[in-house]
Formats: sequence, structure tokens, C-alpha cells
Amino acid sequence: MLGYIDNIREISKRLLDEGRVDMIIGFRKGTIPLMNEPCFVKNSGELSTLVWDSNCGINLANYLTDRKEKIGIVAKGCDSRNIVTHIIENKIKREKLVIIGIPCKGMVDKRKIAGMFENGIEDITEEDNIIRVKSRGVETSLNKSDLLQENCALCVHRNPVIYDELAAPLIEEQKSVDRYADVLRIEAMTAQEKWEYFKDLISPCIRCYACRNACPLCYCPTCFVDESRPQWCGKSQDEIDTRTFHFLRAYHCAGRCTDCGACERACPVGIKVRQFTSKLNKDCLDMFGWEAGLSPDQRPPLDTYKPADPGDFIK
Amino acid sequence: MEHMGVEPGRLSFSWISSAESTKFVDVVKEVTATVKALGPNINFKKTAKVA
Ligand code: SF4
Ligand code: SF4
Ligand code: SF4
Repeated sequence: MLGYIDNIREISKRLLDEGRVDMIIGFRKGTIPLMNEPCFVKNSGELSTLVWDSNCGINLANYLTDRKEKIGIVAKGCDSRNIVTHIIENKIKREKLVIIGIPCKGMVDKRKIAGMFENGIEDITEEDNIIRVKSRGVETSLNKSDLLQENCALCVHRNPVIYDELAAPLIEEQKSVDRYADVLRIEAMTAQEKWEYFKDLISPCIRCYACRNACPLCYCPTCFVDESRPQWCGKSQDEIDTRTFHFLRAYHCAGRCTDCGACERACPVGIKVRQFTSKLNKDCLDMFGWEAGLSPDQRPPLDTYKPADPGDFIK
Repeated sequence: MEHMGVEPGRLSFSWISSAESTKFVDVVKEVTATVKALGPNINFKKTAKVA
């Protein structure tokens, strides 16, 4: 994926120079390894700050919400699906965008890598499927496929679903991945076991809302957790308040989540918050044959009625 | 919700028109009976005194 950057810069330069966009939204190197950060480039002189590697897991669609400029945006498979969702939900106009599609080979799990090097990481470089980590002057080579974020290992939409430019030829999608093994494992539990499972899962939650902030779907002007009149959800770290937050966050993403993993990546305490959304994603697929953000011409299941919609749960 | 540990039967959905009074009564009876059978909801109970 390293070779992508020359093309990204070249395309961006052309778009900026021709005045087709006012800015490019892409990634620049983060201040610490493994943490590339979003950046907005407004003139072609600054294009050298743009980077591309396996540490670009943040979802850039999050930076498009309600913007009025003409924007060139670098989009992985999942970002492109969130862009589609934004278009469907009138959060951005398609005409305002030039989408630079990235056929994505997956992002690495920063927590997994950081956990392997207790002396800290000075630098990380990569080449095809090899990740080289430098810690206290010692370099270790690792296999990238062992280090993918969980959602990337399970991703079946790595190619962008809409794009105007491509940074590289489309790649083969992953087949025969078992995407919902975790969901099935939980489904097999008893009600009380499920309750305990999620209790343990969220027990370290500090209610920082980083998971919400990182998610492109969460764009409400006032989130229900911040509202105090009426106060929908208690603000304490009481287990029930925290659980209410997680329930509702997940439900607000129902039929919209692209499993981009930005929420999970953002959590400072490493809670697997996708455990909540994955079930909803699976249900959408099973009941409505729906996966979010695949085409701007399809209305989502929650705002359409079809006679064949399952309704057995309604008495 | 059941996936996240809320017991089956604790939460019900129904679609009843304002003209369907008998259906309304039936559903209320049924829901009350199921919830009574489940007993008090000990899980979804807040321990903290202030919000
Ligand atoms: S979810 Fe898919 S498209 Fe998104 S970063 Fe992971 S592999 Fe790439
Ligand atoms: S809920 Fe998480 S995985 Fe789903 S779209 Fe939002 S950030 Fe991505
Ligand atoms: S990012 Fe993690 S700690 Fe913060 S609110 Fe979300 S789950 Fe809780």
C-alpha cells in the first residue's frame, strides 16, 4: 500500500491546481507511531505532508459532515461506504466531493502492536506484508496479516464503493471470511450470560465518548448523552448508565454502521465496542439483506417498507 | 436488546390501531403476564443515588 502515496499526491495536486477542490482531506504522520492523523491540505505546496500506510484507520468521512467547500477526500472501502451514508442522509452533497478511492489492504491494530513492545515503539515502517517495528534500537519484523484490526481481517468491502479517482487498481475482495463468529458466540449464551458478558465488556468504560466522536454516523448537534433537559441517560459511571449509553449508541447506528472500526480504534481503554454494532449489522443482513453504504441509490431498511419485511416480533 | 442480555419477554412491541380495543386489552394482559412471570428486573437497576 506504500506505493499509493505518490498517486494520492499526484491526484491531489491535479485537483487543487485545476481548482476542482478547495481542499484535500487525507492523512499525515501522527506525532507518535501508529497514529496517523487526519489533515486538511489547501494548497499543493503542502502535499508532501500527506502519507499513506497501515496506520490510517481513522474514518475520514467523519470530517465531511455539513461542509460546504469542494472537497477531495481520500477514501478506503469503509470510508467510501460512510460517504455514501452521508450522501443518503443529506450530510454532504455528492457534487461537492471528489473521492480518491483507496483499494485498502487493511489497517493494523495499534493496541496489539503496542502491547507486543513493552519498551515503547520509536518507529514503525512497512513494506508489502512486512511491518518493521523499532523499539529501543532493536528492529523486529512482523507479518502484517497477523496484526490487522479485527474489523479489517473480516472486511469484505475493501475496494471503495464510489470514487472519482483511484490511487491504485482495485484489489480482490476477501472471500470466505467468517464475519459474525463473535455474534454467534454471544447468541449461544443464556440471557444472564449475555448480561454478564456485556457487563464485563464495558466495565472499564470511562464515558469519554471517543467512540462516538470517531464515528461518522454520530453527527447529532446534541447527542442524547449530553442533553440535560430532558436527561435521557445518567451521566455517572454507574454500570446501568454506561450500559444505556452503549445500547443507544449501537441502536443509533443500526442499519448505518459500516464496521469501519473507528469507534473501537478510538477507545482509550480498548473496549471492543463493535460487539454491540456487529449484531445489528448481522441482523440487517439476515433480515433485510442490507449492508450499509453500498449504493447511494438504495434507501436504508429503516426508512423503507417492504411487504416482505420480517414482523414476527410484533404482536 | 436480547442480544445484550435483556431477558426475552421483558420488552415487547406491538402495533395496535385505536380501533382495536380488544387487541389492546389482549396484548396488555399478555405482556403483564410475561413480565410478572419474569419477576422484578434486577439487572437494569441503578445503584448510584444521583445521576
Ligand atoms: S474495514 Fe476494510 S476498507 Fe476499512 S480499513 Fe479495514 S480493510 Fe480497509
Ligand atoms: S459504529 Fe464504529 S464501526 Fe460502525 S460506522 Fe461507527 S465508527 Fe464505524
Ligand atoms: S471510547 Fe471507550 S471509554 Fe470512551 S465512552 Fe467509548 S467505550 Fe467508553
